Amino acid sequence: MSKENNRLKPSLFFLSKDREALFSKKNRALLSDPMDDNNPITVQVLGICSALAITVQLKPAIVMTISVIAVMGASNVIVSILRNLIPNRIRIIVQLVVVASLVALVDQVLKAFAYDVYKELSIFIGLIITNCIVMGRLEAFALGNGVWKSFLDGVGNAAGYGVILIIVAFFRELLGSGNLYGYKVIPDAFYEMGYENNGLMLLSPMALITVGILIWIQRSKNRKLIEEK
Amino acid sequence: MIFLRNLVDRIRKPFEVGQKFEKFAPAVNAFDTLLFVPNHTTKSGAHIRDAVDLKRTMVTVIIALLPALFYGIYNTGFQHYIQLGEKFSFLDAFIHGTWKIVPMIIVSYVVGLTIEFGFAIYRGHEVNEGYLVTGLLIPMIMPVDIPLWMVALSVAFAVFIAKEAFGGTGMNILNPALTARAFAFFAYPTYMSGNKVWVSEASNIDSISGETILGSLAAGNEINYSFSEMFNGSIPGSIAETSTFWIIIGGLILIFTGVGSWRIIIGGLIGASITAILFNFWGINELMSFSWINHLAVGGFAFGIIFMATDPVSAAQTYSGKWIYGILVGVFCILIRVFNPAYPEGVMLAILLMNVFAPTIDHYIVEKNIKKRKKRWQLSNLKNS
Repeated sequence: MSKENNRLKPSLFFLSKDREALFSKKNRALLSDPMDDNNPITVQVLGICSALAITVQLKPAIVMTISVIAVMGASNVIVSILRNLIPNRIRIIVQLVVVASLVALVDQVLKAFAYDVYKELSIFIGLIITNCIVMGRLEAFALGNGVWKSFLDGVGNAAGYGVILIIVAFFRELLGSGNLYGYKVIPDAFYEMGYENNGLMLLSPMALITVGILIWIQRSKNRKLIEEK
Repeated sequence: MIFLRNLVDRIRKPFEVGQKFEKFAPAVNAFDTLLFVPNHTTKSGAHIRDAVDLKRTMVTVIIALLPALFYGIYNTGFQHYIQLGEKFSFLDAFIHGTWKIVPMIIVSYVVGLTIEFGFAIYRGHEVNEGYLVTGLLIPMIMPVDIPLWMVALSVAFAVFIAKEAFGGTGMNILNPALTARAFAFFAYPTYMSGNKVWVSEASNIDSISGETILGSLAAGNEINYSFSEMFNGSIPGSIAETSTFWIIIGGLILIFTGVGSWRIIIGGLIGASITAILFNFWGINELMSFSWINHLAVGGFAFGIIFMATDPVSAAQTYSGKWIYGILVGVFCILIRVFNPAYPEGVMLAILLMNVFAPTIDHYIVEKNIKKRKKRWQLSNLKNS
């Protein structure tokens, strides 16, 4: 009986059995929520350390975003596939192994195809393993949900993290060194008029303050994020 | 007086509740209460009414700041003419200084008050007077030659981040004036340190020796200023921090009016003296062997401990907390001076650091007090039973 039923449902193996559309409203929310209401950095306040470390320039921030999207998407899928096989007591170790091997993979890919970026970023790429967002989503979502949903959740959270990273890096590079993505954007005429680059923007406290301002703006726009006293 | 009252009332009319410009009422109210005692009364609970409200307190601090400010204005001109080797009279020096410093003060007030008014209107509360002092303090602790737009940016940063982000006057964790200076110090280091910035219009003269005393000590150089020069303040430095004598006059005003806490000031003196004396015994570099009494007279220590550390909002609130807070400000000030030559002026960072720890200090003082009283209560219960 079950065989017949399965034949009636022409679906890919990772789709949930209740035949939910690939991009149903619920699934889209998995992607879009982390961008706004449930942003990993500004709302859950996770992954702050890398927001400090690699947002001095735009380029490393973008590479980091792509790497984290790749790692989180893939690790959520793998852990979600394995979720019924993983013994509960050693799940953290299994998750760590999965994340670590994916990070090593990203590391090697960068080394092969983008060596100069790799030289700048290799330490921080290694630190994706410790990024709290990755483990957080594995624990909170991938262990209890289907493959497709986990994938969307991983990509969504990584993108939400990346958006903040890129916004912070944009302001820090623009105001701190007058560049964007390595190119000079503030015209020389400004400097002749007495404009100076803001050295504080290059120091990590300013990344925290920028994130703080983003949180401030988000909360004053979106009142439901404010905790009740 | 009645004429003035009527005039203000007429101006106020379109801003009353229900009228056209109701939203902008805080702006008018601020000007009104600057002239007259506010006519609103407290609505609930028990309150102590005192003539010394926030506005009067702030005006007292401003009066206490004036001696140092006027000396700073004179010293700006004095340093300028001395370093250029020109002849000058007292009036020349004063005019030169006024020409330099008054624009900074105007910029500071215009930018800061604009932001304050903006927030008051947006949040619908009255404009508070806290900025009157901050706005005067910020130009007083900057180097003379800093571009005006940097002053404006520092002011904006301080008011936004140090003050309004935490909820406005009375809620700030850090002292806003020092936050402005710290911002400028880290953002534009070439304009905030070195041997050219402390003397006005000296950046294009090569033979200048305008390094501050602490700066040249940190570089390992001998200094050729006598103690009386350091105490009177005829030395290069930020605008109003040089003259220990006039700062002490201001400090006495604060102490006698009860606006500034003498516990913090004395504590700071004790902490700094003891630390400096200990370093005098150690004495392996110029800064360590710099006599402790000189340490108290140079740099921003006097200004910081009297006008910044005593800020009633960001300092510790309990009496014993104030002692601890003051002593630690003094200790850290000398420690930073001696051990970190990159930051020759330690008092700014010392006070900001202790601002952060002030609530913790208060917490433990209060906890201790609660425990003590609980114990006493238990003992008395034992005796009675």
